[in-house]
Amino acid sequence: MDILNTLKELTGAKGVSGDEKIASDTALRLLRKYAPDASADSFGNVTALIKCGKPDAGTLMLDAHIDQIGLIVTSIDKDGFLKVGCCGGADMKIMLSQSVTVHGDADIPGVISTLPPHVSSDHSKVPEVGELSVDTGMTKEQAEKLVSPGDRVTVNSAFRVLSGEVVSAPAVDDRSGVCAILAALDMMDMSQLRYDLAVCFSAQEETGERGVKPAAFRIQPDEAIAVDVSFGRTPDSVPHETAELGSGVMIGVSAALDRGMSTALKSTAERCKIPYTIEVMPSSTGTNADSIGVSGRGVKCCTLSIPIRYMHTPIETVALCDIENTAKLIAAYAGGESNG
Amino acid sequence: MADLAERLLEICALDGTSGDEGAVRDFILSHISADEVTTDNLGNILVFRKGRKTPKNRVMFAAHMDEVGVMVTDITEEGFLRFGAVGGIDPRVVLGRGLRFRNGTPGVVGTKAVHQQSAEERKKAPDFPEMLIDIGASSREEAESRVSRGDCAVFDSDAFCFGDGFVKSKAIDDRAGCLIMMDMINGDPEYDAWYAFTVQEEIGTRGAKAASFTIAPDIAVVLETTTACDILGCSGEKRVCELGKGCVVSFMDRATIYDRELYQLARNKADELGIPNQTKTLIAGGNDSGAIHVSRGGVRTCALSVPTRYLHSPSCVAKLSDIEATAKLAEAVLGVFAEL
Repeated sequence: MDILNTLKELTGAKGVSGDEKIASDTALRLLRKYAPDASADSFGNVTALIKCGKPDAGTLMLDAHIDQIGLIVTSIDKDGFLKVGCCGGADMKIMLSQSVTVHGDADIPGVISTLPPHVSSDHSKVPEVGELSVDTGMTKEQAEKLVSPGDRVTVNSAFRVLSGEVVSAPAVDDRSGVCAILAALDMMDMSQLRYDLAVCFSAQEETGERGVKPAAFRIQPDEAIAVDVSFGRTPDSVPHETAELGSGVMIGVSAALDRGMSTALKSTAERCKIPYTIEVMPSSTGTNADSIGVSGRGVKCCTLSIPIRYMHTPIETVALCDIENTAKLIAAYAGGESNG
Repeated sequence: MADLAERLLEICALDGTSGDEGAVRDFILSHISADEVTTDNLGNILVFRKGRKTPKNRVMFAAHMDEVGVMVTDITEEGFLRFGAVGGIDPRVVLGRGLRFRNGTPGVVGTKAVHQQSAEERKKAPDFPEMLIDIGASSREEAESRVSRGDCAVFDSDAFCFGDGFVKSKAIDDRAGCLIMMDMINGDPEYDAWYAFTVQEEIGTRGAKAASFTIAPDIAVVLETTTACDILGCSGEKRVCELGKGCVVSFMDRATIYDRELYQLARNKADELGIPNQTKTLIAGGNDSGAIHVSRGGVRTCALSVPTRYLHSPSCVAKLSDIEATAKLAEAVLGVFAEL
């Protein structure tokens, strides 16, 4: 599988929390190559069960969230400007004069309205979401024909190849996780699997790990791996809280995660010579693993994270080799590494 | 109108930070045909275009080719680029977006993730020294193979027509003025006139100083864009001017008190011809007029501007009908000022 092009396709399909249809349709289409029975539920979760054929096999859930952060239209002003609220934790520092798309009856281009220097001379002020509005260049009457409260808004930013390995795009959180799971399925020798695999591309993670709750309840896995992004190192970040891009998959260790799984993933990585780092999260993880873990009668969980820079901005930046190494570890852990 | 939009977006897409206007200059030189065309020592294009009549006064039109951007000041050991602003840029419109170097190298601007910032840090938007350009390099050596200190980059953002005849792009300031002058030169002007496509306006109207000295006009007409703040959250005089209300004729800004008679004649002519026109309700901004009107023994100066939202950002927004009004008025005032 071509990771670069798959990631480009996945990040190009928009899907703000609660409105994941375009993104989940894309993921569903890609997933059906490996699981023809894959389907989407009413919540927007895309799920598939891949049986290994062994009678006593447990179920391993592979989860990555399909939604992305964005804004949501709350009202249309008398002059046609759209007032917005947050859908997930967008970084307000990057909002001024951004190019955006309003996902109304059609995709409508717009710009986040900014007060110029003569009105707002404090260049260090971070706007509140209530101070933002979207300029669509339309009157109220024109806007009302195409836009309704509840429509989602995404910030436009190109898919950029910064260097051979490093790319930057919106929604790398968590389409890189989706991409890693698809790549893992692609490299697995299914006949060697030691688990039944339950793949879940879950909705509404960014608004509180909501989609995965019903999905995990239905799947009732024995073990789960939540594949998400984590903090990549920038010169201004704290080294022990971040991983260098290109340093491999981050294996989670946390009070909320199953220690046995963390250890097994670590030894699998070592056995298969897959580069990895340990991501220590003393309390909970802030990922779907927190919710999956307490689903039903309880599920053994671990996280595998892909380091990215500039999380929750339109320029989320990732190294393709980290996605590939995450895929390799998933494949190896599931028992299908021989083809990897 | 569609043609105007297409041509505007084409010239706005060219990269031309102050002092590095070569691409814009080459484009203009290859798209105009006039009686005398010279490029001076600073890079200004000075054009003489004969008209159907010889005027009493030597009239010069001026528009600037340069745009705001950034310049690399240092390359860190980790391969990130420190940078400063070329021209007046609110640092908040640089964070979280893409930039493009003259050699095509893409970059993105970020800091550590919002999740990793302290409560204090979250409240304050970073200034230029705290931001870094990421070109996906993992060492200084790798970065230096693609970018050098002193290299300039422009906003790498999308450009589009939207809403009710609006257009969104970087560098509408002042490619709109350049385009109007190109059309005047390539048209059938009533009178002989001089046209200066100036450099380095954004760093202190520097090119206009030399251009005005060389051309030595009696009367100058500066074709520009000017801040419009007709957006949500801004009322009364603070709106300055409005999109869709036509060409802005200025009586005073922070750099110039305009010739009162020229101001009045321009507005009267616009009214007489039914060209939508307005003035600014606030003394704000400044342009090449500041340099031109005190050039040599003094030059009577008038500024005609296209009202533009979000100036000096990747998302300047203008209305095509205002550009048309400004173009019409520029042509009309030549007839008035030539025989004054």
